Amino acid sequence: MHCGMCLPTCPTYDETKLERHSPRGRIALMRAIGDGELEVTKSFGEEMYYCLGCLACTTACPAGVDYPKLFETARAEVERQGVLDSPKRDFIRWFAVRFLFTRPRLLRLVGRALYLWQASGLQAMARRSGLTNLLPPDLRRLEPQAPVIQRRFSHQLIRPVERPADAPAVSTAPLRRVAVLTGCVQDLAFADVNRATVDVLLANGCEVHTPPVQPCCGSLHAHNGDLGSARELARRQLDLINPDDFDAIISNAGGCGSHLKTYGHLLHDDPVYAARAAAWDKKLKDIHEYLVSIHFRRPLGTPSPSSAPSTDLAPARTITYHESCHLCHGQKISAQPRAILRAIPGLELRECAESSWCCGSAGIYTITQPETAERLQHRKVGHVLATGAEIVATANPGCHLQLENGLRAACAPTVSEPASPASPPIVTHPVVLLARAYAAEAAASPRRSIHGT
Amino acid sequence: MSTAAASAAPAAFLSALSARLGAHRVLTEREDILPYGFDGTAALKQLPAAVAFPATTDDVAFCLRLAREHRRPVVTRGSGTGLSGGSLPLAGSLVLCLAKMDRILEVDAANLTLRAEAGAITQKIYEAADAAGLFYPPDPGSMKISTIGGNVAENSGGLRGLKYGVTRDYVMGLEVVLADGSVCWLGSKCVKDVAGYNLRDLFVGSEGTLGVVTQVLLKLLPKPAARQTLLATFTAMDAAAAAVSAIIAAKIIPCTLEFLDQKTLRCVEDFAKVGLPRDAAAILLIETDGHPAAVADEAEAIEKLCAAQGASSVKRAATPAEAVQLATARRSAFSALARLRPTTILEDVTVPRSELAGMIRAVEAIAQKHQLNIATFGHFGDGNLHPTILTDERDHAEMHRVEAAFADIVEETLKRGGTITGEHGVGLAKKPFLKRQLGDQSYELLRLVKRALDPEGLLNPGKIFD
Ligand SMILES: Cc1cc2nc3c(=O)[nH]c(=O)nc-3n(C[C@H](O)[C@H](O)[C@H](O)COP(=O)(O)OP(=O)(O)OC[C@H]3O[C@@H](n4cnc5c(N)ncnc54)[C@H](O)[C@@H]3O)c2cc1C
Repeated sequence: MHCGMCLPTCPTYDETKLERHSPRGRIALMRAIGDGELEVTKSFGEEMYYCLGCLACTTACPAGVDYPKLFETARAEVERQGVLDSPKRDFIRWFAVRFLFTRPRLLRLVGRALYLWQASGLQAMARRSGLTNLLPPDLRRLEPQAPVIQRRFSHQLIRPVERPADAPAVSTAPLRRVAVLTGCVQDLAFADVNRATVDVLLANGCEVHTPPVQPCCGSLHAHNGDLGSARELARRQLDLINPDDFDAIISNAGGCGSHLKTYGHLLHDDPVYAARAAAWDKKLKDIHEYLVSIHFRRPLGTPSPSSAPSTDLAPARTITYHESCHLCHGQKISAQPRAILRAIPGLELRECAESSWCCGSAGIYTITQPETAERLQHRKVGHVLATGAEIVATANPGCHLQLENGLRAACAPTVSEPASPASPPIVTHPVVLLARAYAAEAAASPRRSIHGT
Repeated sequence: MSTAAASAAPAAFLSALSARLGAHRVLTEREDILPYGFDGTAALKQLPAAVAFPATTDDVAFCLRLAREHRRPVVTRGSGTGLSGGSLPLAGSLVLCLAKMDRILEVDAANLTLRAEAGAITQKIYEAADAAGLFYPPDPGSMKISTIGGNVAENSGGLRGLKYGVTRDYVMGLEVVLADGSVCWLGSKCVKDVAGYNLRDLFVGSEGTLGVVTQVLLKLLPKPAARQTLLATFTAMDAAAAAVSAIIAAKIIPCTLEFLDQKTLRCVEDFAKVGLPRDAAAILLIETDGHPAAVADEAEAIEKLCAAQGASSVKRAATPAEAVQLATARRSAFSALARLRPTTILEDVTVPRSELAGMIRAVEAIAQKHQLNIATFGHFGDGNLHPTILTDERDHAEMHRVEAAFADIVEETLKRGGTITGEHGVGLAKKPFLKRQLGDQSYELLRLVKRALDPEGLLNPGKIFD
């Protein structure tokens, strides 16, 4: 089937109107290789990395073509044949894919160093003094895009096992046991999202298990042609968390969740792990998907600005939602995050044009294809700002960073408009808002009792 | 032209092209041109020598003059969704892809017209009209990606054909570049215009064999005030066909009257998940539009007629969003069938509507006779069937049976006063059957026209006829 129904949904085809930059074109090239009509060339390799891997084509495809599988296999073949090899690329790949993102403790150490650099004022000093201008051009461009590392990581915010303390409303129901995956970037830059994930699960009567040191899920590896490392990381994950022990295993990052749900396929011919991996897939749930499936409790009341724990979100009322590609296209989870946002008192959800169009973050796409990534970022930011919403919710750390950077740049003072720049919308994760709504409820309850029940 | 000589385009030809269009608008590398070696038609592929992307009508004229000078065949292409192999390249040919000439140039609300470049996407045209409170009815299943130039060149139909007609009914004017590079405007914004031969209509449905369409002037309608979509479920295919006849006999012309058999509706449901009844033998998707009172009357009458023909249920779409979902699901039918077998080859035969039930039975018998898996859907209101053979192009024995089955389907169609193609065009796929349908003299007349406009036979040669 090559009907072309995927073309209008493909961001790279939309950019260029060239067939090779479309899913149909890419599959034709893969097929030509399969049929012996084309070698695995450098140009083919470049094409496979020009693809965002956003999977919008899979949502559009009536024929159900398994693009993710074809795409991962093609990238792995590109790496196997080494058609893109260069010393610089080889080093970066080895450092990131093989070295850093396979060692969770080391990653946290690097995160800690980055935090100190940012928090101590050294970073600001380096920027002011023009020291960052000494960096090579690639790094100079990336430096301001690096995530702001949080002071505390997930294991410092979350105990290995937490039980709902005082949840009388749900105490009669049997406790659900769930495991929470803390991710890599999420752990360093958005540990608060992990904390909020645990909070909302507790508020819905779950006993939450969060192993303090967790391996990377391997999505970075699988999407970048290193299926060997991806398998190894999947096995470590399965060693750490036995799916049979839990009602559900929860991921809160769209990109990770999409990959985590394919361990069964990844390890299907592994003599030891195949069965466990298949069981894992069934238990793996995105947080929004899970909350909706257990009929999460709607938070009560309208939080007043003073009762909100953090002032930055308190006065905001309007919100828009940006769909992480791997949540909506990879996992087909689109309605649930919206259902959660609509359940939060005091928020008005305004739909944003092209909410499921890739923001350009796409794993490490901002590093590998900066120009396209930036154009997609502009397009996204334009649609977000057009809604006039004060908050943007999104459920993937890559999107979160891409939006934050893009919005900051778009709202920064410029030469033509130096005065009163609009403050950019706040970017956050739906569960952070839900957790705050539950917290506000608790804060408001004494007052409720004064007014009499 | 021998293939060996033809496939390697001379450097002079390519460098002249690049000099004019810019190197980035001329593709010759294998990785770049391989994806232009096919269209939406199954089991056909052929590499061109180069693919060029003109930006203006003048660019197109230049390309055609250059091709003529170098005696290069030119295959015009829109989005390559054609289903008869129309934009399949020839060895050594230049593919002229109009995808980058995609601007909507004017919406004229005073005259109810829209002017666009030929590469504009059908959906965008619909949306531009809609934004002005107007309506462009032709809506082929591929409208999200097909180009208006492709629609004109195939005279495409759609789901609204029964009441609103096909692309031809909306073409008021065309800008066409002829084989010698001359540029002609055919037609005007006038509702009535009989100045000279109606050559505009000659180019509608000409499949890229007479000239290259570069601009299209379209007629728009006021948006209908109300719409109602109905979904009728049947336990027998015959009953669905009888319901269609009954609706038409009752002098009701719904906007849409689409048919899906069980295999098709199950595939569509697997993809779209809109709640189609998986156990039904067939469903009809019906839409009526117009004045709210008329819509209400018609919807009620249709419900009664379907029930009288044994429909097991007739449901109304509750919201406009649900109606759009159902229509979108229907548009995915052909592609969704690929869930069952790797190769889906669809027919496009059309019969007078009174012959529908008989034709459906004939297709079933042919499937049995050749032991093939055939799913049928189509624009029933137009008598246009898409029996789709689900097969595997790598299975040579089965492919022989597929060919034999096609010949039988064509035979049945012609016997019933039908046509070999209702909307997908002759292209390569129907070429062997054209002469039988037209008869010798009409067939010769077609060739005469072709020779007059393209004496050297460089425009999409080998399509429609040899
Ligand atoms: C899923 C699917 C559903 C479809 N549903 C329908 C349907 O409901 N009704 C229907 O009628 N068709 C349908 N089609 C067929 C197809 O989409 C139409 O024929 C469409 O008009 C082709 O447009 P295109 O831009 O893809 O043209 P192409 O496939 O690129 O070209 C088609 C033909 O037009 C010629 N051509 C293209 N542009 C020009 C131009 N500017 N000047 C001159 N010649 C040109 C080409 O040479 C070729 O012969 C469907 C196809 C698919 C894949």
